[in-house]
Amino acid sequence: MLSLIIFLPLVVGLLLCVVRLPDLVARWVWVVTALAEFVLVVTLWVTARPGSSGLWAEEQLRWIPSVGVSYHVGVDGLSLPLLGLTAVIFVAAAAYAFAQHDRPRLYAAVNLFLQSTCFGLFAAQDLILFFVFFDLSIVAMYLVIARWGHGATHRRSALKFFLYTFLGSLALLGAFIGLFVASNPHTFDMVALAAHPPLVGRPGAATLVIVLLLIGLAVKTPTVPFHTWLPPAHTDAPTVGSLVLAAVLLKMGTYGFVRIAMPMLPESWRQWSWVIIVVGVVSVLYGALVALAQTDLKRTIAYTSVNHMGYVVLGVGVAGLTARSDEVARQIAVTGAVTQMVSHGLITGALFLLAGTFWERRQSYALDDYGGLARSAPRLTAMFGLAAFASLGLPGFSGFVAEFQIFTGSIALAPVTAVALLGILITAGLFLRALQRVFTGPQRGASVDFADLSPHEVLAAGLLLVPAVAIGLVPRPLLAVITPAAQTLIRQLGG
Amino acid sequence: MVPQMASGADVLGLLPELWLVAGALVVLLAGSFLPRRRLNLARLLTLVSCAGSLGSTTLTLGRGIRTVFEGNFAIDHATTAVRLIAVGATAIVVLLAGDELAGSARQAELCVLLLLATTGTLVLAGAQDLLLVITGFLLASVPLYALVGLTRTPLAAEASLKTYLFGSLSGIVLMAGVTVLYGLGGRTDYPGLEAGLATAPTGPLIVGTVALFAGLMFKIGAVPGHFWVPDAAQGSGVLAASYLTTVPKIGALVAAFRLVTVLPGPSRAALLVAILAVVTMTLGNLAAFSQNDPQRLLGWSTVSQAGYLLVPVAMAGRSGLATGALVVYLAGYAVTNLAAFAVIAAVPGRRTLTEYTGLAGRQPWLAGALLVALLGLVGTPPAAVFAGKLAITVAAWEGGDAWLALVVLLNSLLSLFYYLRWIAPLVRSGRPVTSVRRWGATVAVAVAGLSVLLGIASALLWRVIGAG
Repeated sequence: MLSLIIFLPLVVGLLLCVVRLPDLVARWVWVVTALAEFVLVVTLWVTARPGSSGLWAEEQLRWIPSVGVSYHVGVDGLSLPLLGLTAVIFVAAAAYAFAQHDRPRLYAAVNLFLQSTCFGLFAAQDLILFFVFFDLSIVAMYLVIARWGHGATHRRSALKFFLYTFLGSLALLGAFIGLFVASNPHTFDMVALAAHPPLVGRPGAATLVIVLLLIGLAVKTPTVPFHTWLPPAHTDAPTVGSLVLAAVLLKMGTYGFVRIAMPMLPESWRQWSWVIIVVGVVSVLYGALVALAQTDLKRTIAYTSVNHMGYVVLGVGVAGLTARSDEVARQIAVTGAVTQMVSHGLITGALFLLAGTFWERRQSYALDDYGGLARSAPRLTAMFGLAAFASLGLPGFSGFVAEFQIFTGSIALAPVTAVALLGILITAGLFLRALQRVFTGPQRGASVDFADLSPHEVLAAGLLLVPAVAIGLVPRPLLAVITPAAQTLIRQLGG
Repeated sequence: MVPQMASGADVLGLLPELWLVAGALVVLLAGSFLPRRRLNLARLLTLVSCAGSLGSTTLTLGRGIRTVFEGNFAIDHATTAVRLIAVGATAIVVLLAGDELAGSARQAELCVLLLLATTGTLVLAGAQDLLLVITGFLLASVPLYALVGLTRTPLAAEASLKTYLFGSLSGIVLMAGVTVLYGLGGRTDYPGLEAGLATAPTGPLIVGTVALFAGLMFKIGAVPGHFWVPDAAQGSGVLAASYLTTVPKIGALVAAFRLVTVLPGPSRAALLVAILAVVTMTLGNLAAFSQNDPQRLLGWSTVSQAGYLLVPVAMAGRSGLATGALVVYLAGYAVTNLAAFAVIAAVPGRRTLTEYTGLAGRQPWLAGALLVALLGLVGTPPAAVFAGKLAITVAAWEGGDAWLALVVLLNSLLSLFYYLRWIAPLVRSGRPVTSVRRWGATVAVAVAGLSVLLGIASALLWRVIGAG
């Protein structure tokens, strides 16, 4: 079942490459595949139960036994929410791209390929399998930005994106090989490596491996100071590319923290936790401040991504603090971090979709070009307002649930992290200012005769905002999945 | 019953090589007597002899390791793998350059040269005696000079001369190294040499080792014998360029691998090879940065790939994965590199990277093949070079040289930049369609597909060398 989820989009994508379907049919094929994937993931969520290893829907096949690589997939409470997120995001992407006119058949094929890599990464239980999907997602995203991007510099942005994240992926590969060589017997299997962490009591090698791992994951997340690829990539990517990049690809970095770094290098993680906390707090504050200074709507949202991912890094960082032996607080912080991954995907995804409608109508993201948009585009105003309030962490939205837990955990463990609360304040300010500048006041510039959202755009953004509100109001079902996994993780982390 | 001659089994052991030599003779004769319009038969005969060679190699799969001709030639996992890879690659070269060959008056001669050079590569790979190494070196080199020169353009003439001069010089250095080692060890066969050199004085031993490896580096296309590679790759036709960047290095690498295990510790052969590996991959990558001619770019890229290929050679005897890593990387590199050249063969005459603008729009299959090939050369999973790169980095780290593994990874990042310079124009819109050569295009798509399949099924490659 899990393999079906992973490879169905790939197979459909290949078929779309080979069979010359009319554009309209190709669009429908994409939508139907995305919906089928969504149904499959929901079925998996409802029906699957953990097996003996603690994984759901586990599958394992021999692949390259000589170097200890196997095709091993399975999900647990950390990966299932992200699989769900991926499924939702790609339904929204397919719906939004329904009006896309530049070679829609090929566009659908590349995006379906991208979807396969995302599912594969979150389901992988083998480091090399993880790496394969990690790298392929970069290739697919490069093609999306280089071929379908807009703006004068999109090829340069695509190149920067590829080089930068490829650096991260090579650092990861180095770390994986270090883990493999240190393990006994040699293996790339994640379950085995987490059960018997290698490199315990070997500080030199452990330092090398965790530094490589942290660099690799920090580039992808991205955290300060490895974030500079993100704003140009987002600004020049097509709307659907931005959506997937922000909502799913960034999660690959933070997912790596909870899936690989914490359970496989528990000792080093505890030693390095303050470094990670500082990086998290700096990302929160720096991301918010730089977002405040932007004059371009999409860049603003891109920098709030740095800010929001900073909360996740803060949450996983404080989980390594063992001085107060407060296991509950550590577990709450991790639960909050995983919830934040889902929440950021939904909310920022919605913001990018809505920002995309600005480009499609006026080829401009400049905040100064717009004003009084509420009069000509009430639906856009309502949805953007909703997404903006969700993004600044208002209660009733998923962002609040996530950030509340992260701060509860981190302030209990390290009160000094309360400075990161400033980030929420700044984000609130910048969103309110942007709303005011773009939507209120007298109509001017590009706002005049601005066409309101079309039904498929409302549907796409709504698909993301509805779960964001649902999680905000009824967080129990999601937390019931994450919490046990967070408890296991804290136990593995020890201390 | 006629009594079996003592060397009968020995000769049969060399059946794959004999197929090639016999093929070369038949093609030579056929080329002399056939009218020009029938010359395509020469190509067919070449492919038949390659198929025969591959077939007879497959029959030996799973047999034990042995040596023939009084221990002079080893038939082991490495030899078997080289026979499959080198002969398979030769066949692919003949196929991908089908249009070029069909249009050439020297079709038969070119095929003969290919078959003889490949035989030399196989001899070099199986050699268990320094004298046989010299023989293999010459047999693999001399046809190459002619192969480059037969293109008959000013660039090719210069490249041919350069190749010849460097080849002769390297040959002399190689022979000097052999002489020194023979003088020190008193034997030229490997087991005898290993025993004889155990007590040799360190100074002369190092001199002999350095000279021997310096000579081999010409065939590998690695520093310090790399100068001819980019010129020859640029100046000659696709046939010669694709061949000389792929096949000759296969045998020389395995010869170097065997020598590293034979030469005693004080010779520092492994360290020497590790240093050459780092210099070669870095130089190749940096020099490829500013190239605008696709063939020259691939020429420098093959230099950098030779650097990666030297990593498992440096790990010979230190990591259990070294042989497998070398074989897997060689197989992956051969198919991926040939896929890139096949694309060049399919759209000849495009001598700058920008001339590939718009290929994705006009020829999506061909652009897809080129994309797979170039990303494959970077080491993107799950293509075959990735399987090889994973194996060599693991071998380096496991063998105790984590730094070498990290250098390999950093170099992969460097290499991404110039491969992307070729990929980027593909997806741009532009340029009207030009005619596409049938052979090149078909082979490009097929071999690119093969490179992905080999990566996914790389466990099969490990089985050839008896692991997994």
